[in-house]
Amino acid sequence: MNWFSFIPATSFMPVPATKESGDVDNLYIFLLVSGLISFIILIGGMVIFIFKYRRKTEDQKSAYITHNTLAEFLWSFIPFVIMMVIFAWGWDVFHDLRKVGEKGDVEVHVTARQWAWTFKYANGIEINSPTGDKLEPNLPDSTLLKPETVVVPLGKTIRFVLTSDDVLHSFYVPAFRNKMDAVPGRRTTFTFTPIEKGDFTVFCTEYCGTKHSNMMATIRVVDSEQFAAWQAAEIGKKAGAADAGPAQRGEALFKGSLGCSGCHSIDGSRIVGPSFKGLYGNKRDFADGSSVVADDAYIKQSILVPTAKVVAGFPPAMSSFQGRIKEEEIKDIIEFIKTLK
Amino acid sequence: MAHDQHNYLNHQKGIWSWLTTLDHKRIGIMYFVAIMSFFFLGGVFALLVRAELFTPGKTLFSADVYNRMMTYHGAIMVFMVIVPGIPAIFGNFVLPIMIGAKDVAFPRLNLMSWYMLMIGAAITGSTLFMQNVDTGWTFYTPYSSIKTGLGVIPMVLGVFIIGFSSILTGLNFIVTTHKLRAPGMTMNRIPLMVWALYSTAILQVLATPVLAITLLLLIAEKTLGVGIFDPQLGGDPVLFQHFFWFYSHPAVYIMILPAMGVISELVATFSRKTIFGYTAIAYSSLAIAGVSFLVWGHHMFVSGQSEFAGILFSFITMLVGVPTAIKLFNWIATMYKGSIRMDSPMLFALGFMFLFTIGGLTGVYLASTGMDVHFHDTYFVVAHFHYVMVGGTLMALMGALIYWFPKVTGKLYNDTIGRISWVFIFSGFNVTFFPQFILGNMGMPRRYYDYLPTFTELNQMSTFGSWLIGTGFLVGLFGVILALLKGKEAGMNPFGGKTLEWTIPSPPPHENFEKTPVLTGGPYEYR
Repeated sequence: MNWFSFIPATSFMPVPATKESGDVDNLYIFLLVSGLISFIILIGGMVIFIFKYRRKTEDQKSAYITHNTLAEFLWSFIPFVIMMVIFAWGWDVFHDLRKVGEKGDVEVHVTARQWAWTFKYANGIEINSPTGDKLEPNLPDSTLLKPETVVVPLGKTIRFVLTSDDVLHSFYVPAFRNKMDAVPGRRTTFTFTPIEKGDFTVFCTEYCGTKHSNMMATIRVVDSEQFAAWQAAEIGKKAGAADAGPAQRGEALFKGSLGCSGCHSIDGSRIVGPSFKGLYGNKRDFADGSSVVADDAYIKQSILVPTAKVVAGFPPAMSSFQGRIKEEEIKDIIEFIKTLK
Repeated sequence: MAHDQHNYLNHQKGIWSWLTTLDHKRIGIMYFVAIMSFFFLGGVFALLVRAELFTPGKTLFSADVYNRMMTYHGAIMVFMVIVPGIPAIFGNFVLPIMIGAKDVAFPRLNLMSWYMLMIGAAITGSTLFMQNVDTGWTFYTPYSSIKTGLGVIPMVLGVFIIGFSSILTGLNFIVTTHKLRAPGMTMNRIPLMVWALYSTAILQVLATPVLAITLLLLIAEKTLGVGIFDPQLGGDPVLFQHFFWFYSHPAVYIMILPAMGVISELVATFSRKTIFGYTAIAYSSLAIAGVSFLVWGHHMFVSGQSEFAGILFSFITMLVGVPTAIKLFNWIATMYKGSIRMDSPMLFALGFMFLFTIGGLTGVYLASTGMDVHFHDTYFVVAHFHYVMVGGTLMALMGALIYWFPKVTGKLYNDTIGRISWVFIFSGFNVTFFPQFILGNMGMPRRYYDYLPTFTELNQMSTFGSWLIGTGFLVGLFGVILALLKGKEAGMNPFGGKTLEWTIPSPPPHENFEKTPVLTGGPYEYR
C-alpha cells in the first residue's frame, strides 16, 4: 500500500508488480516530498532575497553578518537527521529486495550474453530471448526485437540466478523496481514475488555493446494453473524437438540457446559476423591472407577457437564456445549449416 | 588606456612568446582556448547524440556510430573539459593574484601541464580516425578489454597523460597556496575560491594516480593478455569498477569544488556583503574532499558486491550531503540583507544554485540503496549528474568567464548578451534534463540507441532543449568575440570585488603587483 497515496507522485512509475515494489514506492514518495520541501526552502529563500535585497542605489550598504552559530548548527544537524532516516529506510528496502541466501519457490538460471537472455528452469524448460529476425512491429525504423516471454506464477517467490557468458549485463525490470548485474564468472541473484498479472519488460541496463538497447525479454505473470499448463506445453514442445532431425536440432540451437543468429545471418546479410549462407564447401578468406574450404573441421574449430581463423573484414569479436557446447550439438549445427545453400 | 600600459599581454609579442610563456596568466588563457575547443567538440557530439534520440529506431546513424559518439561526448566532456576546466583556466589566472603572489610555485611545471593536456588530447583525439571506441567513458571491463577494438588503447593512454597534467597542476596549486601567500594572508584569510582550488588540488594529487594505474592495467590486459579484469583469464571484472570509481568519485568533486569556489566569490561580490560562515564554507570543502574518497562503492550497489558493502557506502555517501547542504545555506544566508546586483555573472551563480539543488537532492535518491536499485543506470542518473556537473560546473564556468573577463582582457563583457546567453542555457538545461528524470522513473536505461515508443515525447522534449543550450553557448561565444573587438574599457574593479585581483590594473602587469600587498583582514570586508 502506498503511503501518502493521495499524491500522484508515482504516476510515471510503472505499475508496482511485486510485493517489494510497493515499499520502494513509499520510500520514493518520502524522498520526493522531503526533497520538494527542501527545494522550496532553499530556492524560495533565494528568490525572496533577490527581490527584497535588490540594490536600489549605487551606494547602498549591506549588513555585516559573519556567522550565526545556532542557525549553522540547525542547518547542519537537521539535514543530517533526515539523511540518516533516508539511509536507514533505504537499507530496509534494499535488504528486502536482495533476499540474500533465500531460495525461491521457482528457480530459474538466467544467462546473459551479447545480446540475448537465456532462461533455464529446473525441469529443463529453456526460453531464449530473440536473436535476429523478430522485429518489433509497427515501427519501420526500429531495431528493437520482439521480446520472448518467460512465464512465472503469481504470488510465489521467484529466484533468478544470473550469470554472463561474455561482458557485464544488468537485469532490470522497472515494474519490479529491481535490478542486478550479470557478471561473467560470478553468480548473482534477482528475487521477487509477483502480485500483479501481466507482461513486464526486462531491459539490460549495463552497456554491453552494439545492440545493448535490443537486449530485452518479457516476464509474464500468470496464476498457478496457467503456469502448470504452460510448463506442460513447453515440455511437450521440447519432446517434439528431440525427435526432429539433426538439421532441425541444429537450427533450434542456432536461433535459440546458443544465440548464433545474434551475430550471423543465414540470408547473406552482414550483421556482426559473417553470414553462413553458402558457407559449407566454399572457400573462406582470412584476415591473415590464408584461406580454406569450409568443412566439418573448420566449423568445429571456429566454434571452439574462434580467433584461430578470422574471416577477412570482420573483427575477432567472438568468444569461445568451449565448455558450453556438446560434441553432438556441434554435429547438429554443421548439419544445419549444410542446408544453407 | 590599456594599450599604453605595460601589462602581461603586451609584455612579450608573437606566438612563440605564448607557447614558451611561464606566466600563469598567459597559461590560463592558453588553457581557455584549448578547453573551449574541446568543449565545442564535446558539445557537437552531445547535439548529435540527442538528435539521434529524437525518434525511436534509427534516426540518423547506426548503433555503432551512436555508441562511439556517446563515448566521445562523455570522455571529452569529463576528462578534457569539466575536470580541468575551472582549475586550469581560472585557477591558473586568479589563484596567484588572489593570494598576492607573482606566479605559481613552479612556472615551468605549469607550462608542462598544459603541454601534457595537449599531448593527451591529441592521442585521445587520434582514435576518432582510427578504430572505433565504443565503451562509454567508464571503459568498463571485460567489454573494453576483450570485446571491443584496439582503439581503446590510445584512448586510454591519452586519458592517462591528461591525468598527469591534472596531478601536476594540483601539486603546483598546493605548493603555491602554502608557500607564496602575501604577508598577513593567513590560511583563514585566503579567498574561498582559493580554498576550493586547494581542496581540489588535494583530490587531484591523491586520486588521479589510481586512475592512471587502472588504465595501465587495462592496457596490460589488452595487449599482453594478463588476467586482471577478464574472468576468462582468471581476472575479476568488478575489480575494475572499484579502481575506476576510487578515482572517478573524487573526480566528481574535482569537477564541482572549483565551481563552488566561483559561486562563493560571485555571491559575495554581487551581494556586496561579507560571506556568511567563511570557515564553514572553507572547511566543508576539505570535508567533501576527505569523505569523497570513501564513497566510491555507491556506483556499485547492483554490481554484485556484498549487501553489507552497499549499506556501508550508502551511509558514508549520505555524510557528503551535509557539507554540501551547508554551502548552499551559507550562500543564501550571504544574500540575506545584502545589496544584490543582478548582473549576468550573478544570474549564472543563481542558476548554479537552482540546478545544483536539484542535482544534489536527486543525488540523495541515488545514495539510498533501496531507491538506487530502481534508478541505477537509467535516465534518472543521466539527469542527476548532468544537473550536478553540467548545470553546476558549466553555469559556474560561464559566471566565472563574465566575472573575470574584464580582469583578463581589460574589456567589459556586454551584460545584455550575458543575460540572453543565460536565459537560453538555463531554460535549455531544464527542458533537456528534467524530462530525463521522468524517463528514469518510467525505466528507460541509459546509453540506449533505440527505445520503446512510450519514451518518445520526453526524448523529443529533451532533444529540443539541447538546441536551446547549444544556442545559449553560441551567444556566449559571440559575447566573447564582441567584447574582445568592441568591449568598453573595464577599469580596475568594475564589479566592486574585494579580493586582491581587483586591486591591480586590468589587464594585470607582468608580475601582477607593483609591490607585494600586505593583508590586514579577511577577503570579503564589505562594511
